[in-house]
Amino acid sequence: MMSTFSSKVRIEPLYLLFSFFGGLVLLFIIAPLANMVLHTTFSELTETAIEPEVRNSIWLTLWTSMAATLILGVISVPFAYLLARRSFPFKRLVVALVDIPIVIPHSAAGIAILGIISRNSPLGSAAERIGFHLVGGAAGIMIAMAFVSIPFLINSARDGFAAVPERLEKAALSLGASPTRVFFAISVPLAWRAILSGFVLMWARGLSEFGAVIVVAYHPIVTPVLIYERFGAFGLKAARPISVVFIGVCLVFFIVIRLLAREPKDAVR
Amino acid sequence: MLCVRNLGKDLRGFAVRGVSFDVEDGDYFVLLGPSGVGKTVLLELIAGITTPDEGRIMWDGQDITHERIHRRRMGLVYQDQALFPHMTVDQNIAFGLRPKKMRPAALRERVEKLAADVSVSDLLHRYPGTLSGGESQRVALARTLATDPRCLLLDEPLSSLDAQSRSELQALLRSLHRKGHTVIHVTHENKEAMALASRVAIMENGTITQVGTPSEVFHHPKSEFVARFVGIRNSFKGRFEASGNGNGSLSQFVTEGLTFQVLSEASSGTGFLVFRSEDLVVSRIRDDLSAENRFQGTVVDMAPARLGAELTIDIGVKVAALMTSDSVERLGVECGQDVWVSLKASAARYIEK
Repeated sequence: MMSTFSSKVRIEPLYLLFSFFGGLVLLFIIAPLANMVLHTTFSELTETAIEPEVRNSIWLTLWTSMAATLILGVISVPFAYLLARRSFPFKRLVVALVDIPIVIPHSAAGIAILGIISRNSPLGSAAERIGFHLVGGAAGIMIAMAFVSIPFLINSARDGFAAVPERLEKAALSLGASPTRVFFAISVPLAWRAILSGFVLMWARGLSEFGAVIVVAYHPIVTPVLIYERFGAFGLKAARPISVVFIGVCLVFFIVIRLLAREPKDAVR
Repeated sequence: MLCVRNLGKDLRGFAVRGVSFDVEDGDYFVLLGPSGVGKTVLLELIAGITTPDEGRIMWDGQDITHERIHRRRMGLVYQDQALFPHMTVDQNIAFGLRPKKMRPAALRERVEKLAADVSVSDLLHRYPGTLSGGESQRVALARTLATDPRCLLLDEPLSSLDAQSRSELQALLRSLHRKGHTVIHVTHENKEAMALASRVAIMENGTITQVGTPSEVFHHPKSEFVARFVGIRNSFKGRFEASGNGNGSLSQFVTEGLTFQVLSEASSGTGFLVFRSEDLVVSRIRDDLSAENRFQGTVVDMAPARLGAELTIDIGVKVAALMTSDSVERLGVECGQDVWVSLKASAARYIEK
């Protein structure tokens, strides 16, 4: 602003201070990760990456979190649309309920889930009768992951739908489109970026879940639990390579999804 | 034919109430009123986007008040066009055709025909974000026409356009009307109403106060508000004295010590006298024409107007008179000069309050 009035570019001291704070925050995020990567040798990484236990656990973590996200996504996205568009009694309460998994301790969430899926519960015993093990199985892991990560998808999709101008939906209705067609042809495509970023957030949150998952299923072992187990049994040095490998795999997936979701240049006004 | 009866809707801030009017097939019906009197709400009520609190909407005698919006076939075109930003012009126009499950070749042909009708054939592959205001409005029209609506509902279709595209689009709207489309057009510009309407409704504070042909409304405004709104500059409050002699005799209207001769059958009382600035004749000398009203006054202001100049003349009250640039030059009128103004009794209109 100042620079438009004087020929010299003046740097506002306040923004200089803010930039310094920003640098501290970035350092705070990067330093531990960089330190961990720098203390891991390449041979340690390759040795870890070919261990069957590590590979199985990474694979298990990836697919359970992905499946949990997709299954819950199918019913959560329409729900997010309702939250964005309609007013109904106790809507504020409903919105607050959705956020509960974010604010409660995850180990407590795990205990709560265990209570309704254990063999003694109606749901758990019913599943058991048809030969399906919720506790100590992939299904239990997915339930725990979904419970703690679903708010991220709902909130992101809700914000995305809310940002779609309502006039576009009304115009589509008045052009003779049914509400179903308006949802799929107008609302979802226009909110697509926010929905996708909700999926990515939910997935990321699910696959990094430790507290809720370890309560419901120590085995089969997901990677966050495996990292903790190695740390407990063999210490910091042993836990580092698997941490680096897991972070690397996650980053590759996220980058690929971001690239695939890039928008055509002039599609949006 | 569209019949609106006693329609009402309460919204935060303002309300639409007691609205009744008819639109015949083939009418070009202009809803004229200042911003924020509920014109857009009225269109949304007819289109079915909002449901009314009271009243009925009928099409050809059939009650459609609660018919679902996508079954009504009311072609609403929003002020900002509301084109779908993620679809090309082509896909936008085809949007309303899809559910009819046309064969691809027939669909293509129909889209091209619609695009040609509104002159956007060369824009079909473009995205709405790259179009100008006039182009967007044309595409929005084509998209709505594709659905073969019973009635076009246009919300301020010309307001966001520059002068050039405005007159082009006006010509397009006129040609749509000639082809037999029924149009309801909402605007706050009385010039648009004059240029396009076959019938005009004046909307004021959430209700319709006068409906008629443009000449009825513009020449015989029913209220002072209508008079001012349709651009009649001269409006004075005063007392009317009926002649009591029936047809054809002159009555008097008195305001601020001036007496006007008026042709009116109203009974005595207070109200407004209105006359158009075009109807005042200005001269340097007291002329001998047949005009019943003659006043001497001083020119206190001259402002350029569309076809010449608008003079403000103090004759005891300040009146506005429109003169062509020719007359201004010929008479050599300037500020501070004394002039005579005359007005025929039949051009002055008395409105009872």
